[in-house]
Amino acid sequence: MASTQSSNARMKFYIDTKRCIECGGCEVGCKNENEVPMGIRRIRVVTVNEGEPGETNVPIPCMHCTSAPCVAVCPVDALFTRQDGIVQVNKDTCIGCGYCLYACPFGAPQFPTAAPFGVRGVMDKCTYCAGGPAEPHSQREMQLYGSNRVADGKLPMCASICATKALVAGDSKDVTEIAQKRIAQRGSGEAPWGWSTAYLGA
Amino acid sequence: MKLKRVDSQTCTQTGSSWLRSMNPNLARRKFLGAAGLGLGLAALGPALAREAKAASPTASGSPVTQVKTICGNCAVGCGFIGQVQNGVWISQEPWYEHPINAGSLCSKGAGAREHVVNEHRLRYPMKLEGGKWKRLSWDQAMGEITDKLKGIREKYGPEALMILGSAHHTNETGYALRKFAAFWGSNNLDHQARICHSTTVAGLANVWGYGAMTNSMNDIRNSKAIFVIGENICESHPIAMQHVLHAKEINKAPVIVVDPRFSKTAAFADLYVQQRQGTDVALIYGMVNVILQNGWEDKKMIADRTYGFEDLKKELERYDLDTVADVTGVPKDTIFKMAKLMADHRPSTVIWAMGGTQHSNGTSVVRSYCVLQLVLGNMGKSGGGTNVFRGHDNVQGATDIGVLSDSLPGYYGLGEGAWKHWANVWGVDPAYLQSRFKDKALMERPGFTVARWYEGVLMDPKELGQDVNLHAAIFWGHSTNSISQMDRVKRALEKIDLVVDIDPFVSNTAVLPDRTDNVYILPAATVYEQRGSVTNSNRDVQWRNQIVKPVFEAHTDLDIMWDFAERLGFAKEFAKNQKKAWGKDTLVEDVAAEWALGMLSIGMIGQTVERMQRQQQWAKVFDRDTKKAMSGPVKGEQWGLPWPCWNEKHPGTQILYDVDLPVAQGGLGFRARWGKEAPDGKSMLAGKGAAPVGSSIKGGYDEAKGWGTDLSRKAIEESLAKGLAPFGNGRARINAWNIKDDPVPKHREPIHTPRPDLITKWPTYDDVKDLYRVPTLYKSLQKPEWAKQYPVVLNTGRQVEFEGGGSAERNCWWLVELQPEMYAEIHPAFAVQNGIKHGDWMWIESPEDQDEKPSRVKVKAKVTKRVPPGMVFLPFHWGGSFEGKSMAGKFPQGQVPYGIGESANVVTNYGYDRVTQMQETKGGLCRIMKA
Repeated sequence: MASTQSSNARMKFYIDTKRCIECGGCEVGCKNENEVPMGIRRIRVVTVNEGEPGETNVPIPCMHCTSAPCVAVCPVDALFTRQDGIVQVNKDTCIGCGYCLYACPFGAPQFPTAAPFGVRGVMDKCTYCAGGPAEPHSQREMQLYGSNRVADGKLPMCASICATKALVAGDSKDVTEIAQKRIAQRGSGEAPWGWSTAYLGA
Repeated sequence: MKLKRVDSQTCTQTGSSWLRSMNPNLARRKFLGAAGLGLGLAALGPALAREAKAASPTASGSPVTQVKTICGNCAVGCGFIGQVQNGVWISQEPWYEHPINAGSLCSKGAGAREHVVNEHRLRYPMKLEGGKWKRLSWDQAMGEITDKLKGIREKYGPEALMILGSAHHTNETGYALRKFAAFWGSNNLDHQARICHSTTVAGLANVWGYGAMTNSMNDIRNSKAIFVIGENICESHPIAMQHVLHAKEINKAPVIVVDPRFSKTAAFADLYVQQRQGTDVALIYGMVNVILQNGWEDKKMIADRTYGFEDLKKELERYDLDTVADVTGVPKDTIFKMAKLMADHRPSTVIWAMGGTQHSNGTSVVRSYCVLQLVLGNMGKSGGGTNVFRGHDNVQGATDIGVLSDSLPGYYGLGEGAWKHWANVWGVDPAYLQSRFKDKALMERPGFTVARWYEGVLMDPKELGQDVNLHAAIFWGHSTNSISQMDRVKRALEKIDLVVDIDPFVSNTAVLPDRTDNVYILPAATVYEQRGSVTNSNRDVQWRNQIVKPVFEAHTDLDIMWDFAERLGFAKEFAKNQKKAWGKDTLVEDVAAEWALGMLSIGMIGQTVERMQRQQQWAKVFDRDTKKAMSGPVKGEQWGLPWPCWNEKHPGTQILYDVDLPVAQGGLGFRARWGKEAPDGKSMLAGKGAAPVGSSIKGGYDEAKGWGTDLSRKAIEESLAKGLAPFGNGRARINAWNIKDDPVPKHREPIHTPRPDLITKWPTYDDVKDLYRVPTLYKSLQKPEWAKQYPVVLNTGRQVEFEGGGSAERNCWWLVELQPEMYAEIHPAFAVQNGIKHGDWMWIESPEDQDEKPSRVKVKAKVTKRVPPGMVFLPFHWGGSFEGKSMAGKFPQGQVPYGIGESANVVTNYGYDRVTQMQETKGGLCRIMKA
């Protein structure tokens, strides 16, 4: 049963900007789960109109876009899209050129910047808590990419612990259903944040 | 959709696997060797951080155990699962079935693991000797400390010691600490509740009998309107927002947020109301006037279940809408709108926290909120109630269990009867207890509080309520930077003979004083390294499992306490009760059984350890909207067995004072605590028809005789059999005649008011000679000239990443990375006026009545529209820097927190609640200048 469904799986994030309270749970949960080093932020909450009516918080991980621009611009094909839609980087191939950073509409790619002569380290980003191109659950995978929750049938940590269920992860079908229900409830008719950029045609 | 499990055989969690290679008790973060960066956090580059991942891991495959536990930060009471491998806490998993949070966690809870797996944890006991920190063995440290305590006791008597307990202690630790103070022979014991919700407890208890949140976090889901005043839920109790947003989205409940500052929570308001600080009573009375003028009040509730409504009407005459608008700064039509929203959407809930409590008339403010809910008829109803959001994970429990200078456990007070009751529980002769005190008078008189203990060191004993100064202070899980008048705290810490700081991290206490000797630091276990019960804000008593054993040389609090009692020579008497002697291995369970023996007054007697643990296993059967178990062996129980839980079969009382339920299922009237008649001869018993369902008496009745002290619980069982509440069925008091200055709540201007023109009409109280053993100033300090010299309003509050004094959280870099430095919020226009730019250093100075020079802090300006012009807002969690100078050099090596900064409480003003000595940190003045 699981296998037939997962062949069509397409993992997505739904960011409910009407619910995010900027508590930082997603950011810290990500650090805790993936042992992300200081200075690298695989997800961050951005607040607009702070202190004014209309103040809105947006938690922004990598959106794992359908036609991911980062994948398109990568000169060494280090970036790739998995069958389930998750976009990942191969750190053995990445040369740290930074093209992906300029291409990404969400600011997802992160680079360690402490090397001399302005040299960037290899790119790091949100893996959707799905590890990376290495043996699942191996030491190597953990060291390079972090935890692999997806392999265990678990969703990304950030969405799993979101304080107000503002950040929702899962298969496109489920996530879309949740988004539609909430939007209908509010009668706002607003499309989910970022979807027109990330998931056009998906 | 279910995702495919790649390897179901070895379902071992390899997350954080590098940790396992290290000390099985604690994995150290190598890269954090570059500690002490403090404010310069950003300088710590990721290249350095990479080292951590390069540490060589050992073979994987050891089994992973999952431990359910309760978050140790705020009082929402969220659950999560800790994963342990080889004795190391390697990761966290959401506990989706937990009825309160459904797996959700805020930044603090999400990073809970860092409280244990942390380079900065205290490793061993230390003392300050000749200005240097020296490592000691536990034996030597405890020997030296207790020898000194004995010497101080011999020379000055038991009243020379102050113990500052903690709201992070479990019920068992807190209870034992209260007992410990009793056996030491002093009431000089207090904890954080004094400075967070003491006015709530006193206010609510004086209105309807119990000083606690009346409904629950989950019950907010049933509200039709939500009125938030003086509480920033998004930062202080983030997970509660889940329930608020549920009501907002599903019930279409309007959310009204009243706050002088446009907080993160205000951003979610349907109606945001900006009031002037400290004018809550006036604002509420304005609303009540609108409600009464339009006939929107609940006449039946007022007639049957309240006392003093006529007195209220008389007081209300002073609060016509023009006056209220002038006093509060809220336009008349907004006041009308608030009242109408609340009247149109019932049942509606009122939520508050420190914005309501921290005032010199805080108890009155709290009682005015109660008045609003009584008039609207929102009490004893699902979706209604007064939902007080308390601070620390067990602050409700620590209050119930009596870590207070003015009561023994269970709010019994300090009278002869109270001592008799507890001596009975403890199985000791009351005469023995009295022999431990200086005399009977001091035994029955409240001790110093957290808010002003330092005056016991600094003031002449002639001015104090005891004839000796304090000579020793034990800080047991308490930061000093949450206490106002911090420069005086500092001086007290410099003058006192002995300072003992028991904490998992080096707290501000150990480094604040400029001294060279006689400061001891003892490493305590965190909440996750101990087991026990904790009571969340809404009275849910939840069992917390120990995730891992204490790291390094840390000891659990109860073990430390036992050691103290042994060395001080009263362990035998201390560690027993009427029924049995405590065992060292079953210490926690034995203490839990003991509190359940004596806590009759609040019905904290039906929560056995077995029941709490059973609920933990059956979390999945509890309904989120009602918090009730729908099946299984716990069927019918309320989650957390909220007190009163009258016996081992009682389901607990989720909603206090709900007469629509039988007492056996959690129904109650208001507590008949003040006799059958008020001083004016009116009945204090509820009117006809206002009794819980199934009651054998169809109206009010007095409390059952002896129900609070009879350990056989005969009176309680007899009451329950007749469908009666053991504590009677009385009336809520709008007029609390025992509160002499304000029998009916009154607006009073803050002591340092920006509106000196209002002092004549709304003056503060007369000075008091002896309030908790210290003279306390009111009128003599309420000077009109303050507003001229200090024209800026000072406000303080929370940041979501930190809690209290922040000594733990500022040592967690996951949190400090999000909130790296202290700041002062200032409005853009006001910043321009003062020549201050975003990021500039600025001085904030405040009036200091008892010193020659003003107190001041140096902080960075954060220019934002959150605050109105003319106000400065400071987060209060910071420490490690004092009046512009870093104290980093005073920490033991390698233990400087990642985040250090100036403490807001250096500049918060003098001012204390007339009833509880709550500090007035939400109503003060200051002046600012570019540094």
